[in-house]
Amino acid sequence: MPLLALEKVEVHYGGIRAVKGIDLVVERGELVCLIGANGAGKTTTLRAITGLAHATGRIAYDGREITGGRPHEIARAGIALVPEGRGVFPQLTIEENLAMGAYTRSDRDGIAADTERVFTLFPRLKERRRQTAGTMSGGEQQMLAIGRALMSRPRLLLLDEPSMGLAPIMVEKIFEVIRLIAAEGVTMLLVEQNARLALEASRRAYVLESGQVTLAGEAAALLHDPQVRQAYLGE
Amino acid sequence: MPFVTMGTLSAIRDDPRLKWAGLALVVVALLALPFVLAMAGTAWVRITNLAILFVLLSLGLNIVVGFAGLLDLGYIAFYAVGAYVYALLASPHFGLHLPWWAILPIGAAVACLFGVLLGTPTLKLRGDYLAIVTLGFGEIIRIFLNNLSEPFNLTNGPKGIATIDPIRFLGLDFSNVTRIGEYALSGTIKYYFFLLAVLVVVIVVNLRLQDSRIGRAWEAIREDELAARAMGINTTRMKLLAFAMGASFGGIAGGMFSAIQGFISPESFILNESVMVLAMVVLGGMGNIWGVVLGAVLLSFVPEILRYTVEPVQRMLFGRSLIDPEVIRMLLFGLAMVVMMLFRPAGILPSAVRKRELAKVPDDDNA
Repeated sequence: MPLLALEKVEVHYGGIRAVKGIDLVVERGELVCLIGANGAGKTTTLRAITGLAHATGRIAYDGREITGGRPHEIARAGIALVPEGRGVFPQLTIEENLAMGAYTRSDRDGIAADTERVFTLFPRLKERRRQTAGTMSGGEQQMLAIGRALMSRPRLLLLDEPSMGLAPIMVEKIFEVIRLIAAEGVTMLLVEQNARLALEASRRAYVLESGQVTLAGEAAALLHDPQVRQAYLGE
Repeated sequence: MPFVTMGTLSAIRDDPRLKWAGLALVVVALLALPFVLAMAGTAWVRITNLAILFVLLSLGLNIVVGFAGLLDLGYIAFYAVGAYVYALLASPHFGLHLPWWAILPIGAAVACLFGVLLGTPTLKLRGDYLAIVTLGFGEIIRIFLNNLSEPFNLTNGPKGIATIDPIRFLGLDFSNVTRIGEYALSGTIKYYFFLLAVLVVVIVVNLRLQDSRIGRAWEAIREDELAARAMGINTTRMKLLAFAMGASFGGIAGGMFSAIQGFISPESFILNESVMVLAMVVLGGMGNIWGVVLGAVLLSFVPEILRYTVEPVQRMLFGRSLIDPEVIRMLLFGLAMVVMMLFRPAGILPSAVRKRELAKVPDDDNA
């Protein structure tokens, strides 16, 4: 049984169908990416999974249907979202942001251990632990957003455009960490516009075009697919 | 200078003996205060009592505005609800005379219900939009109170409700003077101690609340509601809780207002009062409990002090009264507010988070 399975999922915004019947599967321990152009419905798909957007169809998490579930319930079930544009709490310090990530937990020792783990993944955050999140660079905020999501010990991590608006060197760093987290066995669904990086990091991929999956398969194969190369890799 | 004060303050904070001594000093001062004030006239004790009521109100509003970040411009409505519940259950209006210890919780519960009533339809609103709806809510309550004398006389309309029962406690009637041997304990002073006791409880509850999971959830909602939801926070419940708790504190304050005044009418609950309480919260320092207390005390006392000083000062300076004291009083009051907001925009005692919000360079002072 896959950890996450979407069947004929549709999302309407007003009269507009942003997602038009998507089938998507994420197996345990897998890093799957969802690539596509601006407005293809990638973010909306994540919003549907996390309950932030109203979806029809069927979304199953760990064999249980979560379609129509409320965001906080879905978060508590173990799905963590790193939102587009990072969404850190700007006025809170790094430490306070991380503590917020562990909101649903009460195991003090476990939280302390996970804080250290995040600091090991991102030494930069440790240096600035008492600084407010809003005063950090975009890349550092992205690190914090990922770290904060990890603090809930998610079984499924959803990443929404982690490379957006970052300097190339930061993008590399972020992807390094994404690979590290994946190697630890955290299941991830990655939404990216930077198709090459995403495909290189993932095992499988889905290509989304105006709300529909047009291509799916092994990431390595898609990297060499002439259609993908032309449309998303700029060749 | 600021460095010296910071040093001394942290020294006091670090030494437990000094801390307890300081606390004992405050307790003694608060216990002695009404007797000292009574020497200047009972009016000052009465003013102090009203000031404590405003502190209670400000602390209640601080939960909604300061903690959860929901701008409420109709907060006085909950004060009104609490006051009317007390008045209706302990006055000749319906011939009911329930004891205060039963009515105050009922008042808090009814106000809480109204809080949820206001909170539920406004869950999706923020900032300006929420302010407009809450402002309307405050006015609706006042207008209802003004007009609910027909067809069934619930509120007695603009005439208000009179001869409300005072608080009776331990055989003491709070409306009269109690003689203890030589000494006479006026009703006003008894109310002072009663209010002080309630205030201590409310402050403790607020301090505990701020450090709790609920407090952290409110903080997250204020910062970024979407992210708060992604953290697994039930934002709907937490926002309703903020409205409900804020309203309950307002209801309790209202009940005591009724008991102390013995008479209430819709006029006591106008928009101006909501604005005043909000000004206390903002001036003192939104989100900081001690700041809010200070803001409420200052804004309660300063206009009164000006009332008694503006005219004598004018006479002393010019030999006669040039400007009507009532005019200049509000003028000075407004000026003080403007100056405060210019120099300490986060309030007199800003909360840690808001201090950061307004700081230009982080971690710069005393470095």
